[in-house]
Formats: sequence, C-alpha cells, structure tokens
Amino acid sequence: MAMQFYASPEQIMRDRSELARKGIARGRSAVVLSYSGGVLFVAENLSSALHKVSEIYDRIGFAAVGRYNEFENLRRAGVRMADLNGLSYDRRDVTGRALANAFAQTLGAIFTEQSKPFEVEICVAEVGATADDDELYRLTYDGSVNDEPGRMAMGGQAEAITGVLKSQHRADMSLAEAARVAVQALSTVGGEGGAARTIAANQLEVAVLDRHRVGRTFRRITGAALTALLDGDVSAAEQSAEAGGPDTPAQPTTESHKPTTSAASADLEDKPADGK
Amino acid sequence: MFTNAGTSSFTTFLSRVAPEMLPGRRPLPPGMAADLAPHATTIVAISAAGGVVMAGDRRATMGNLIAQRDIEKVHPADAYSLVGIAGTAGIGIELMRLFQVELEHYEKIEGAMLSLDGKANRLASMIRGNLGAAMQGLAVVPLFAGFDLAGADPERAGRIFSFDVTGGPYEETGYDAIGSGSLFAKSALKKRFRAGLSVDDATRLAVEALYDAADDDTATGGPDLTRRIYPVVMTATAEGTRRLTDAETAAIAEGVVASRMENPGG
Repeated sequence: MAMQFYASPEQIMRDRSELARKGIARGRSAVVLSYSGGVLFVAENLSSALHKVSEIYDRIGFAAVGRYNEFENLRRAGVRMADLNGLSYDRRDVTGRALANAFAQTLGAIFTEQSKPFEVEICVAEVGATADDDELYRLTYDGSVNDEPGRMAMGGQAEAITGVLKSQHRADMSLAEAARVAVQALSTVGGEGGAARTIAANQLEVAVLDRHRVGRTFRRITGAALTALLDGDVSAAEQSAEAGGPDTPAQPTTESHKPTTSAASADLEDKPADGK
Repeated sequence: MFTNAGTSSFTTFLSRVAPEMLPGRRPLPPGMAADLAPHATTIVAISAAGGVVMAGDRRATMGNLIAQRDIEKVHPADAYSLVGIAGTAGIGIELMRLFQVELEHYEKIEGAMLSLDGKANRLASMIRGNLGAAMQGLAVVPLFAGFDLAGADPERAGRIFSFDVTGGPYEETGYDAIGSGSLFAKSALKKRFRAGLSVDDATRLAVEALYDAADDDTATGGPDLTRRIYPVVMTATAEGTRRLTDAETAAIAEGVVASRMENPGG
C-alpha cells in the first residue's frame, strides 16, 4: 500500500502564503491615495497597454499588483458584476463595498481550494462626496479585506512606501501635491544602496477618480499632461485634470487596410474597371 | 460565472448567465400583442458639418390615447454616439439601456472604444434578437447616429444608421427619420436639407421636421407651449454628446412656432 504524505493544513496555508507573498514582492508597486479632488492611483508600470489601474464603474476604480493574468481576470469579473448590477438595479446601487466583498470571496476560495493561490494584491477604491467619504479597500491573496484610511501602498516593499505616505499624505492635498507624494514614496525603494531613485513619467501609470464629475469619474493622465503634473506645473496639471470632454480611451484610428465593409469589395474599389 | 475569461460583449455574457434579462429571450404567448403597450413615435437625425443632430418628439401613444406626453426617446449611447427609439416603448427603453451598457462594457474591458460601425453592428444584432417579439407586434426600430472618431474628414464625421426589425444596419446619407411621423419628417427634410449645414442650423431643421411630422401625424407630439414640453435635441460632435438645455430647445421650438404663425406650411 502506497504511503500517503501527510501535510498539516497549517503547513499548506503557510506554504501558499509564502508563494503568494514572494510573487507579489517581485513586482513593482502601486499607491492609491485620496486628495481634495478625488482619488489618485499611481502605479509603476513599464507598459502603456497592459494596465494595472482601471475603471470598474462610475465612481469605482481598481488597482492591482502581482501577476497580470490573475488580476486581469479579477478585473473583468468586477466589471461584469458591476455592469450587471447597475443594469438590474440602478447605477447608484453599484458600490465599492459589494465589489470588495465579491473579490474577497473569490480570492478566499481560490486560496483554500486551488493548489496555487493568486499572486495578487488589489485595491478597490470608491470616490465619495468628500475625502472623508472615500473608501479604499485592500484585498490580499488570501481573501482578507481591509478598509484603508485614505492611502495605501501595494507590492514589493509596500511597508517602506506606506511609511513615506503616512508621514507626507494629507486628505486636503491638491492633485499636483498628491502626485508628488505618491512618486516620492514609490521612489524611496529599489534604489541602489537604499538611495532614492528617479522614476520617469513613462514608467508610471497615473489615473484619478474625479470627485467633481457626474457619471463616469475615471480619467487616465498620460503623455504631456502627466509630465506637466510631475514637473509640478500646477496650472497645466490642473487643466489636464479638468480637461473637459468625455473619456477618451485609445481611439480606433483610420486604418484603410482594415476595411469595415467586405474585404472583397474594398479590394475592388479604386481599381480600373477593365480589371487591369 | 463572472470569472470566465469569456467575452468582451455584455449581451453575450448575459445570454450565458442571465438570458431572461435579454428582451428577445422571453417566451411570449401566441397572438398579436401590438396594442398591449405604449408606442414611441418620431425621431429625426441630421448630419451636419462636424457632427450629427438627433431629435425626438415627446409623445407615446396607445391606440387613440396619448400614453405619455413627456417621454424621452433620444439618449446618448456613449460619449460620441446617440440612439433614438421608436416602436414598443418598454422594449425600446430596455434595449437602449442594454446598448448603453454594452458599449461602456466593451470600452472598460478592452480599454478602447468600439468603432462607430462596430457599435451599429452590435445594435443590429440586438434588434435581430427581438425579431420573434417584433413579429407579434412588439417591434422596436432604433435610429443610431454618432461622431466617427476614425473619420478622415471631421466635417463628414457625423454618420447615421437606420435599422429594420430584422437588424440591418443601413447607413443613411444626410438625414433620416423613424417612427409613425417619419414619412412627413423625411418629406420636410428632403426639401430643406443641404449638405454641410452648421450644427445650429441642423438643430433648428430637426425641430422644424418634427413640427411637420406632428402637423400630419396624430401620434407625434408638437411643441407643447402650455406645459413647456419641447422635443429632446442632442448633438454628437468631436467634443462628445450634448443634450440641448430646456431653455435652448424652448427658444428653438418657440421660434419655429412663431414662424409657422405666418406661414403654416413652413
């Protein structure tokens, strides 16, 4: 008779936690904080296409660190749940708390039932009418959920980053001040010999949930607006945050090589009638 | 059910997890049901220089009765497009809400907006899903218009799509109208429409066309001066969609009524 290996549940959980913690600590960090005009997300991200920070619903944003495929799966689930609830009830009935609970259930189930836990840490943020009403939920790989007081850091060396945030962050900051604090906090870790690094604008993913907007409040700050914001060019930065007009995600561009009608008919257009 | 890697389309997701929420998926008892629910009536859309204008009257009817005087039939579909509904009001409103979620959902999941043609095709397939109900008299036919962000020439970026109960879509040149008063609205537009109208001129023209529709079609409501109920007028331009304020539509509608005092035919 084959011998069954015995591992105590305690040992199994410890091993899984260790695996998840190691995976998360390898990645780059992200911070989320309240400021006077809303909630700011700043993540270190070398990719401009694969997002760590995204929109879930009107007043709810999502930030994550860890394995991309795993948190992307959770993000999609969150968008589906929010849209389904918003359609069945009303847009106002979609809350960050309900989403945080759903994520916690999913993560908790995966942690105990699957052989490998998700190596992710997630923030669900809901912007309120004032900075005191903002809700930031931290969800970890084992499904535990915490309500954070207006600021949080996730990822590798999150404790050091949280320390800087704690000493510098105030809820009544302007967007430019908040962005400066966030970048300063992120740059304190990972430098050579414990020294601070400089993080260029193209290595950052920045977005806000704008408190004063009606409807969809999530806005990405990219390109020139982001550079201006980080340079402390307050007027340009505020302007970019205020920049009117609807959300403009990556627009489809004119691509004549991708006809929207039948490819066959597009092929025939502008050709001489005699077929030569 | 939410974590399946699945699809970027919200209706496809619904068809899997909650098919009862899709208008076309409900079993209907046999027989005609056309007089069961209120009908929404006339919508016009006009493409203008740098955008498109859509306007709808405010009346819903049930047979010979006016079911509602201030129904709103023109809505933003997303940041750059508009949808107006005619036909069975309840199903139309449900379809319109579902379409709004569909576009927003795709945008959030994929991080990019659908192309204008993609949006029109999506709406077409949703109408096709309602074909069974349409054949029993609960038809919904929307009008879709939007600003095409991929358009080479921003002056011609306002595009209009119409549909039939089996789907469609058909791209329209210049202008189009749907609903019971559409015959009269289109006849008015045929004579008054010019390519390259300004957005302001097109809004006035849209209200004129609705006036003409209301003039000859009992199911279309004209500007209601006593109750201050005026058509809903929306525009979609490079700056996004915008609904004209009540004061703006009141000024346009009162202008139209005043000019008709002198010349009832317009």
